[in-house]
Amino acid sequence: MRKGVIRPGHIQLRVMDMEEALKHYRDLIGLIEVNRDDQGRVYLKGWTEVDKFSLVLRESDTPGMDFMGFKVLNEDTLNSLQQALVKFGCEVSELPAGELDGCGRRVRFIAPTGHLFELYAEKEQTGKWGISDVNPDAWPLDLTGMKAERFDHCLLFGPDVKATHKLFTEVLGFDLAEQVVDPEGNLAAAFMSVGMKAHDIAFVECPEPNKLHHVSFLLETWENLLKAADLLTMTNTTKDVGPTRHGLTHGKTIYFFDPSGNRNEVFAGGDYHYPDHPAVTWKAEDLGKAIFYHELEIHDTYLSVLT
Amino acid sequence: MSYRIEVNGQFINCPVETTVLLAMKRQGIKCLPAGCCAGGCGICKVRVLEGTYETKVMSRAQVSLEEESQGIALACRIVPSSDLKIERIK
Repeated sequence: MRKGVIRPGHIQLRVMDMEEALKHYRDLIGLIEVNRDDQGRVYLKGWTEVDKFSLVLRESDTPGMDFMGFKVLNEDTLNSLQQALVKFGCEVSELPAGELDGCGRRVRFIAPTGHLFELYAEKEQTGKWGISDVNPDAWPLDLTGMKAERFDHCLLFGPDVKATHKLFTEVLGFDLAEQVVDPEGNLAAAFMSVGMKAHDIAFVECPEPNKLHHVSFLLETWENLLKAADLLTMTNTTKDVGPTRHGLTHGKTIYFFDPSGNRNEVFAGGDYHYPDHPAVTWKAEDLGKAIFYHELEIHDTYLSVLT
Repeated sequence: MSYRIEVNGQFINCPVETTVLLAMKRQGIKCLPAGCCAGGCGICKVRVLEGTYETKVMSRAQVSLEEESQGIALACRIVPSSDLKIERIK
């Protein structure tokens, strides 16, 4: 049952060289640089996103994800979810409005997988980038690179996906859209949605906590993916796999790495999910088909290369 | 010009200003695992036994300052300035 969480709102990533990271996220993936703050963080968004930013880059000597945030309906929802998180047993803390420039008060919690998440109700809305709110054109001129439309989802690795699934479904109102189940019936991976998308957040069981597998950005078509793959070659960007199709979600995909080693995905299409749909199940023993629907096997480093 | 890199008994020709891992991939050799190729994931961690080199930035979660001073590095970040002898650290 929905609890007032609307969508993935932002992610803060650590990068080892900001200028290299901007060449990648802004110039290659095509996100729009919208702001820089007094901590040196750079804020970006996909051009279709109405809120001011969705990706925050922070320079660090260690790559990976600092946190991921979800937007909720309003302050009342934020307050009730804060209480529900405490009742569930999460360690909950708060950051004041303005700590991220343009974002309201944030309620933070750590999931059993070790990842830091946050909820917020308010963020400055600057509208879709480059087009008018009235009689809007189909897309803006002056986009660069892959012309990514939005920050879409993350896949995260950590321990106790079962408890994390319980937290996200029972407290935050996510649906389990797809799952991977091992031969003993254990939940090996949970793909969860808070709307109609195939997934807004996904977790894979892994002994090491708080690991990022990939952060994903939406493209419109398969043709856009093909051009994106061309751009990876043209820019000497390390590609992981693709263009190909997933079994899970049936989305079309390319995986590649940013200049700090964080894995990115651009993807297009995929299944939809309604709240009354039962979870789609994949067998762990058929994981090759589940992850790479054409290759039918997983290359050596797909499950072990993490930041 | 290129340097001769010995990795656990196999050999890679590494052109100047090229990382060991990139040279390996371009030659279709698989003596080291290749992951992010950007100093982040740590899967290509090696010890340099002989030779001189520079390193590009590496994740401190993968190679500490102390390790770096002992000749430990990520093959995707090693730019040789002589022939090298290296071994994989698993």
